[in-house]
Amino acid sequence: MSPRITFATAARVLRQIRRDHRTLALIVVVPPVLLTLFKYVFYGQEETFNRVAPPMVGLFPFISMFLVTSIAMLRERTTGTLERLMSLPLAKLDLLLGYGIAFAALAVVQATVTALVAFGLLGLDSQGPAWLIVLLAVANALLGMALGLFVSAFAQTEFQAAQFMPAFVLPQILLCGLLIDREQMARGLELLSNLLPLTYAYDALARATADDLGRQLVVDVAVVGGAIVLALLLGATTLRRRTT
Amino acid sequence: MSAKPSLAIRDLRVRRGGTLVLPGVSVEIQPGIVTGLLGPSGSGKTTLMRAIVGVQIVESGEVTVLGAPAGSPENRRRVGYVTQAPSVYGDLTVRENLHYFSRVLGVPTARIEEAVTVVDLSGHEDQVVRTLSGGERSRVSLASALLGEPDVLVLDEPTVGLDPVLRRDLWRTFHALAEEGAALLVSSHVMDEAERCDELILMREGRIVATGSPGELRSRTGQDDLEDAFLALAEAA
Repeated sequence: MSPRITFATAARVLRQIRRDHRTLALIVVVPPVLLTLFKYVFYGQEETFNRVAPPMVGLFPFISMFLVTSIAMLRERTTGTLERLMSLPLAKLDLLLGYGIAFAALAVVQATVTALVAFGLLGLDSQGPAWLIVLLAVANALLGMALGLFVSAFAQTEFQAAQFMPAFVLPQILLCGLLIDREQMARGLELLSNLLPLTYAYDALARATADDLGRQLVVDVAVVGGAIVLALLLGATTLRRRTT
Repeated sequence: MSAKPSLAIRDLRVRRGGTLVLPGVSVEIQPGIVTGLLGPSGSGKTTLMRAIVGVQIVESGEVTVLGAPAGSPENRRRVGYVTQAPSVYGDLTVRENLHYFSRVLGVPTARIEEAVTVVDLSGHEDQVVRTLSGGERSRVSLASALLGEPDVLVLDEPTVGLDPVLRRDLWRTFHALAEEGAALLVSSHVMDEAERCDELILMREGRIVATGSPGELRSRTGQDDLEDAFLALAEAA
């Protein structure tokens, strides 16, 4: 691999997104709007808002980047640009890291804007540091990107790719502990949630929110990091130089 | 021919979805000339080209390009490939597309202007590719392949849908590139393009029916028209 190609790929991906004003606007505007909606749905229940909103700031990038990456990579496959790249002196890692850098940069913008709106305008009060939540949001963006990249190999159309969001992402959000403590779930679901990467992403965010910056937070972050690497490796196996 | 072939294919067998698309193809392609790969659609032209570029899973056989196995890392810099459907980013401008591919190839950005001029897209550099016509899009794809000044250039139906003037100009470009020493393999399903090639490979149902220059094929079959020559060869095979 070469840094020249990796960064050229990241710049190219960002240029494509920058040209798509509507997607860009949706990525940046939708999370703060949803958080605002959330605040007024739970109007008067400050405690609930303060407990659930910070993790949500960190989970939006996971969802956005999963969707954007799975469709962007599907397009690379269907328009033949992936085949062209595979016939050029580009290492698979250049492509994966290029996408990673681009979407991490996008996640920084998304999470920063969301955090500014939440903590500034909506009066969100978290015990832990806001910057840590933004940082965890970027890690979650990378997790979403890596998973999106992997599952895009199993979609033939953009319709299918879009349906992977409810199929892969919603169950993880239901089971991660955001809606209800995992201990209160049926035992089978609790065990299942132990296997899902978003569980650890949420746990890290919940700990950061509660200012519980101990060893368990480090373990959570390590698991998320491991899941990113694993998903990227799985994603790399779906990038084939030779196809039928 | 005495020169070392740019490309040597021996007993190439390719199976796609259970069917034997190429049942055992052997052929050589020389540098410095334009070789035409002619045959009806579905005759295996694209599969053969994909095998040469190294993106096709092959069952058996040898494909040697510039002395190395097809698709080897050193070849990925020296072999240019233009697919039938333009494989460029529709949401980027012409320049942005070429800039990205020039960075991937590691060639100076000055090559971008040269490539744009060769495919006659000057003035369209800052246009988003999606807004171009089909013919223009395929020329962006061609320009991307020319950036690296490849020693082997594989072009899958590059002149489909282009106006006659541009088609003539592109064929001149192909011959100019060949004169500089590159090996060009150009596929087409229209026989009138065969006339523009130095050498021809005629394919039918995955097999090579005949090879030779247009003149040789005409005299071998006693036909004046290459289309008739192709028919005679296909029926004899």
